[in-house]
Amino acid sequence: MTLLRLDEVTVRYGERAALDAVDLEVAEHETVSVLGPSGGGKSTLLRVVAGLERAHTGRVWLAGRDQAGVPTHRRGVGLMFQDHQLFPQRDVGGNVAFGLRMRKVARAEAERRVAELLELVGLPGAQRRAIASLSGGEQQRVALARALAPRPKLLMLDEPLGQLDRGLRERLVVELRQLFGELGTTVLAVTHDQGEAFALADRVVVMDGGRIAQTGTPLEVWQRPATEFVARFLGFDNLVDATVHGQSADTRWGKLPVPDGTPPGPCRLLVRPAGVRLTSPEKGLPCTVAARTFRGDRVALVLQPAGAPRLEAACALRDAPKEGERVGVAFDADDVVVLGAGS
Amino acid sequence: MVLARPVKRRERPAAAPEAAKERPGRLRGAALRLALMAVPAAFFALFFVYPVAAIVTRGLRIDGQWRLGRIGDVLTDPAVLDILWFTGWQAAASTALTLAVALPGAYVFARFDFPGKRLLRAVVTVPFVLPTVVAGSAFLALLGHGGLLDSLWGVRLDTSVWAILLAHVFFNYAVVVRTVGGLWAQLDPRQEEAARVLGASRLAAWRRVTLPALAPAVAAAALMVFLFTFTSFGVIQILGGPRYATLEVAIYRETAQLLDLPTAAVLTLVQFAAVAAVLALHAWTVRRREGALKLVAPEQTARRPQGAAQWALLWGVLAVVALLILLPLAVLVERSLDAPGGYGLDYYRALQSVADSGGTYFVAPMDAVWNSLRYAAVATVFAVAVGGLAAAALTRKAGRLVRGFDALLMLPLGTSAVTVGFGFLIALDEPPLDLRASWILVPLAQALVGVPFVVRTMLPVLRAVDHRLREAAAVLGASPLRAWREVDLPLVARALGVAAGFAFAVSLGEFGATVFIARPDHPTLPVAVARFLGRAGQLNYGQAMALSTILMLVCAGSLLVLERIRTDRSGEF
Repeated sequence: MTLLRLDEVTVRYGERAALDAVDLEVAEHETVSVLGPSGGGKSTLLRVVAGLERAHTGRVWLAGRDQAGVPTHRRGVGLMFQDHQLFPQRDVGGNVAFGLRMRKVARAEAERRVAELLELVGLPGAQRRAIASLSGGEQQRVALARALAPRPKLLMLDEPLGQLDRGLRERLVVELRQLFGELGTTVLAVTHDQGEAFALADRVVVMDGGRIAQTGTPLEVWQRPATEFVARFLGFDNLVDATVHGQSADTRWGKLPVPDGTPPGPCRLLVRPAGVRLTSPEKGLPCTVAARTFRGDRVALVLQPAGAPRLEAACALRDAPKEGERVGVAFDADDVVVLGAGS
Repeated sequence: MVLARPVKRRERPAAAPEAAKERPGRLRGAALRLALMAVPAAFFALFFVYPVAAIVTRGLRIDGQWRLGRIGDVLTDPAVLDILWFTGWQAAASTALTLAVALPGAYVFARFDFPGKRLLRAVVTVPFVLPTVVAGSAFLALLGHGGLLDSLWGVRLDTSVWAILLAHVFFNYAVVVRTVGGLWAQLDPRQEEAARVLGASRLAAWRRVTLPALAPAVAAAALMVFLFTFTSFGVIQILGGPRYATLEVAIYRETAQLLDLPTAAVLTLVQFAAVAAVLALHAWTVRRREGALKLVAPEQTARRPQGAAQWALLWGVLAVVALLILLPLAVLVERSLDAPGGYGLDYYRALQSVADSGGTYFVAPMDAVWNSLRYAAVATVFAVAVGGLAAAALTRKAGRLVRGFDALLMLPLGTSAVTVGFGFLIALDEPPLDLRASWILVPLAQALVGVPFVVRTMLPVLRAVDHRLREAAAVLGASPLRAWREVDLPLVARALGVAAGFAFAVSLGEFGATVFIARPDHPTLPVAVARFLGRAGQLNYGQAMALSTILMLVCAGSLLVLERIRTDRSGEF
């Protein structure tokens, strides 16, 4: 069942549209990540759903009800703010219990629930601690407990792990995913970090300048970026103009194989680095190794073909050529993606 | 007085520029703001605009005719021009001297850590909340006839302009230290370090990075000091003798002694214009100052002095504080104890009986203490109510109307208190507002001076409450009213305490207006001090010193309580 639906929602600040006719559906028990660069309208999306921002046109439906005219405090959604916004004058317990107090939950019941939630987020017995004494990671956990306490229909997370260091972040992503699975919570999260989005979500929505550029499972989005914007945002740079004739396309890198069923004519192609195979200089496209970057289990290479744009490639450490070495390049059809027009 | 410190600009989320708000929401916001402004606006109309207008009208309108020609007559009078000239230059000189003396102090308090710093910071603030009358008496005890310098070396500086200038420095030292030093302590030293790494010399880094960040604060402080010294009354009245008069003193003499209302009215208008100009300039510098500065917690920037030069600077500043601030206060206390029969509490005992007051009072002078405390308490209630509402209305930054209101609230700081006091007598004597015989008149006048302090203390705190905290409360199910109660109120409560304390101290020391409207049988402390000083004789002088000491202790006490309450430096003072 669809829990949240946005119909053509537009929010404008002056001339600029922060959200431009956005359609979105989130099913019950689903975790959706909205991914995009900062300033792309992600936070505005959450604020519109929470009722903190009014849509200029379009409608927001929650559990089948139109939310026009419903004030924030009656929407029953949870929102974890980007910088947590814990109430500084209350202790941890006071923060977590806040939403319960607003719903007039009996004191004993509220205390039990606070204890339970603090246990759940890994801070058992922290009720009396002051907010100022918490580390960034602990604050994040308290913010999560506070948002979860009133059992919101929909939990929204704004850059939930943005300010944490890498190790903590990777651990928390796993914990969060487990937690949401256990609780059956419906989650809408926004982030600019693709790793976070892919790790957390059942479905990823990529936003570009207030519009939705692509929707799909993490795997679909990663393997088949829909537009050049999505491809570049995910960090792919092997993009080239091409003209398709049957099974192959003419590009400045020579003839590239294309997937079956690609319509003939001009288009834009992405070659994912995994699809750039090294061969001997005599076979394939001759290139010079311009740079190599050690990435742990593999090596990222920047290759310079004669008279054509640079190519990115990846290969295992023991096979990696040295800088300045001459190599040949062949392409795999599986890793060539035909991009839509988009932006 | 603003002494505003830059409001920390919080990064707004991509959302919510004011312009984007829907129309109905905006209208509701405007309506709320107007409702909040109604009480302070009515208060100011009734107890400030109306009395001042009444006295100006009384002076310039004779037999139903406006006599605007009088303005020209008065303004070309050489005696008036002399007063104008003196008022202007002594204010400029006082400001320059205060800056020269206090800026090193601001630096030392901002950047050095030394034992007793908190206490010392409270101590240098004592003069600022001291009644001008006490400041005057303290300097009189130091520099005047029979004063410390007189008895040691036969040097007398009273009735010289130096006494006035030094008293003004004494009085306003804290304004500079708190305004400039407060900001200086929060400037991130790494900015200067970044400039140094990029090749700037120590001096160049200071000049190009710190100074521009500091300049608006220095300008704001300077304008505030200029305003206070331009309208100086109590100090000049006590130290100036017959030779020196500021506009304010002239207004007092014209109204109270010479009964020349037309001249007083013109002088009031002149002062009004000058003050308005200074306030406008001040508002402009403050607004410019609210630009994005990178601020850090003050504790992070202060460290122990290093090297001979820094130690010398610290000791120099401490010496100045000792000479300029502690010495006059100490001498004041010493004189109050220096009875004819040797040191003792004779003067204090004399305060308790009617007979020993030399016929100055219908009541024992000690009663003035209780009068003062009672009046100040009531004035504080008024000031907090009016100022709190005004601050709430001004919280949202908005258009011209609101800014104009903000400026209006500041006006009583600079308007002639004498005019206000006399205006009260003239304007509030007819039904339905026949308050002339009522004791409430005194707290009302004092509240008028307290309100700007309340607004200036509350406003930055109210503005600093992150609106996203309210949003967080709303998302968790709190209605707007509930969110205000749960989020704003607890955060603001502390500032409310500080504001009340300031209003109390200021009310306690108010002199210019109170001297007119306090009834003879219910004098306040400053009025009683002035009366004693106006009479000859050892006993009167001693009692003046004793009363001043009591007043100083009460003010210092409330200030020390304030310093305790205020662990965060979020206010503008």
